Amino acid sequence: MPEQPGKNAIEVRGVRKVFGSGEAAVAALDTVSVSIRENEFFTLLGPSGCGKTTLLRLIAGFDYPSAGEILLYGDDIALLPPFKRPVNTVFQSYALFPHMTVAQNIGFGLEMLRKPKAEVKARVAEMLKLVRMEHLASRRTSQISGGQQQRVALARALAPQPKVLLLDEPLSALDYKLRKEMQIELKRLQNQTGITFIFVTHDQEEALTMSDRIAVMSSGKILQVGSPWDIYDKPADRFVADFIGETNFLTASIAGVENGKARATLKSGATITASVADGFQPKAEATVVVRPEHAKLTKGKAELSGTVENIVYFGTDTHIHVRLDGSNDLFIVRQQNARSAGCGFEAGDKAGIAIGDDAAQVLRD
Amino acid sequence: MATAEEIARAADRRDIRNRWYLSAPALLTIFFAAVGPLAIVLVYSFLTPGSYGDVKWQFSPEAWVSVLFERDIFDDTLSLAGAHISIFWRSVKLAIITTLITLALGFPTAYFMATRSEKTRDLWLFLITIPFWTNLLIRTFAVLQIIRNEGIVNTVLMKLGIVSAPIQILYTDVAILIGMAYVYLPLMVLPVYASMEKLDFRLVEAGYDLYASRWQVLRRIIFPLVKPGVIAGSILVFIPAIGAYVTPSVLGGGKNMMLSNLIELQFGQGRNWPLGSALSITVMLIVMVALLVYVRNAGSQEVRHG
Repeated sequence: MPEQPGKNAIEVRGVRKVFGSGEAAVAALDTVSVSIRENEFFTLLGPSGCGKTTLLRLIAGFDYPSAGEILLYGDDIALLPPFKRPVNTVFQSYALFPHMTVAQNIGFGLEMLRKPKAEVKARVAEMLKLVRMEHLASRRTSQISGGQQQRVALARALAPQPKVLLLDEPLSALDYKLRKEMQIELKRLQNQTGITFIFVTHDQEEALTMSDRIAVMSSGKILQVGSPWDIYDKPADRFVADFIGETNFLTASIAGVENGKARATLKSGATITASVADGFQPKAEATVVVRPEHAKLTKGKAELSGTVENIVYFGTDTHIHVRLDGSNDLFIVRQQNARSAGCGFEAGDKAGIAIGDDAAQVLRD
Repeated sequence: MATAEEIARAADRRDIRNRWYLSAPALLTIFFAAVGPLAIVLVYSFLTPGSYGDVKWQFSPEAWVSVLFERDIFDDTLSLAGAHISIFWRSVKLAIITTLITLALGFPTAYFMATRSEKTRDLWLFLITIPFWTNLLIRTFAVLQIIRNEGIVNTVLMKLGIVSAPIQILYTDVAILIGMAYVYLPLMVLPVYASMEKLDFRLVEAGYDLYASRWQVLRRIIFPLVKPGVIAGSILVFIPAIGAYVTPSVLGGGKNMMLSNLIELQFGQGRNWPLGSALSITVMLIVMVALLVYVRNAGSQEVRHG
């Protein structure tokens, strides 16, 4: 999808980052290009070591790219030192200054920008209110809880009104309940301030619930960029499909690719209509993915058939593991639970798996 | 039969007695190595000097008077002892300048070491401690060889035509400062490095991220956080520097005395042990006052910052 250059807060163009040299050289980022729009909640998602934090550090200025450009509203900032970029970071460890109070931490950036004292004071008060920490302004950072430290780190990074806010796995140190709270808090802050957020996480659920758009990364490359819906329902390749949520992989022969749709003939002989990933190169055999909740288990004949092997109860839903006839692969169907009714199947039952139109996606690899 | 209470009380008594036995070595060491000698020095400072050194057991405040005053030979009037006061002042001044020089050289050194990879840090630490293997006197004579008129510094300067006659460095305060800064540098580097090593360098990144320049990061983040090391290093350098004996006597020649040389004079040629004792205690008092002032100032600054 072509994007208008003026609307992009950050544009990363062909950025490579190599650590080490000679034989020991490791490419942490392998020619990455991505555009991040103004006011967007953009997430870099991937397992550890995929290069997401490296990309964030290049945007922040803690490291410099080996090649490529990083544009901030059209200006190349790739080689500027961090203190000359209107970009602030919320660190994974928070990195609050232990020799300063909460208020001094929040005011530090403004002070360094040589803002008048009255303005700093007013802005710090405003920030304290924004993150609901007014009552702890004069505390040392060692005297407040993890969640409160998190809020201070946010307030400190937001106080100088950066053009882009970078968040490096800021919620990973919090416990589950606090994390949920902070996710909502972050969304609220982003709406309220209108600042572009670039969020790094390895937690797919966090990425899906918070982001406007997600870039899925693996081994130094961006594999797919899209809305949470795109990423979940229309994964482009095997890694994306596998990393996010649960998926069933099937092999099929593909024919009649047209308007992003194709006819896929499964090993069982059934033919289904499936959407096709961008960048799909026509070939005889391809991988088709079906999310467990998009398939339906039936008593009669359907697109696939097999034997129920295992039934796992999850409260809201039940996962039914089916051993497919022929290929002997395992296929998982997720079925919504109704009150006081079983799932209708028992281990050992013969069952059909119905895959409706538009339930399947053909991967490009 | 003993009651339970008696048994408990006996156990308590035994316990207390055991604790005394266990701490006896430490207490004896403290008594014989620290408190005892100090008490002797204090007692001697209030006695009358003997004719051939030593003391006569006769009370006299004369030694304490002569720490600061001179008695006129003819009419016994007291006037300030200019020589003593200038030596006090020189010693304090040279010790302070030495501390500042070692800080100026040691801080960047410690920063350099702390920012190396974990593997090479030990090597740097090892290199810093190497000078300790050599005797202080030998190290001081090595400095003398370098800075004397026919030494390497002057030879090179003259060969290059930068100066036409050798610069007189030896037997000046500069020579003493060079010698003391060289000898005491590791005492500054090690504690500053210990603090610096614990510094979370992500805080430095956070500083840069929040628009602090390199200088501001140093002044507002690194320095306040390694201040305990700087304070420790300054104390470790200042105390031996104010009492330095070998360096000023070798590099300063006879006329540039520091406190220790003055004290040595009283116990040697001067044959005035009480005055020597009084001066020794004066040095301790100066150090104590200097430390109190320094630590209090350093502490209050932190409160203002934090």
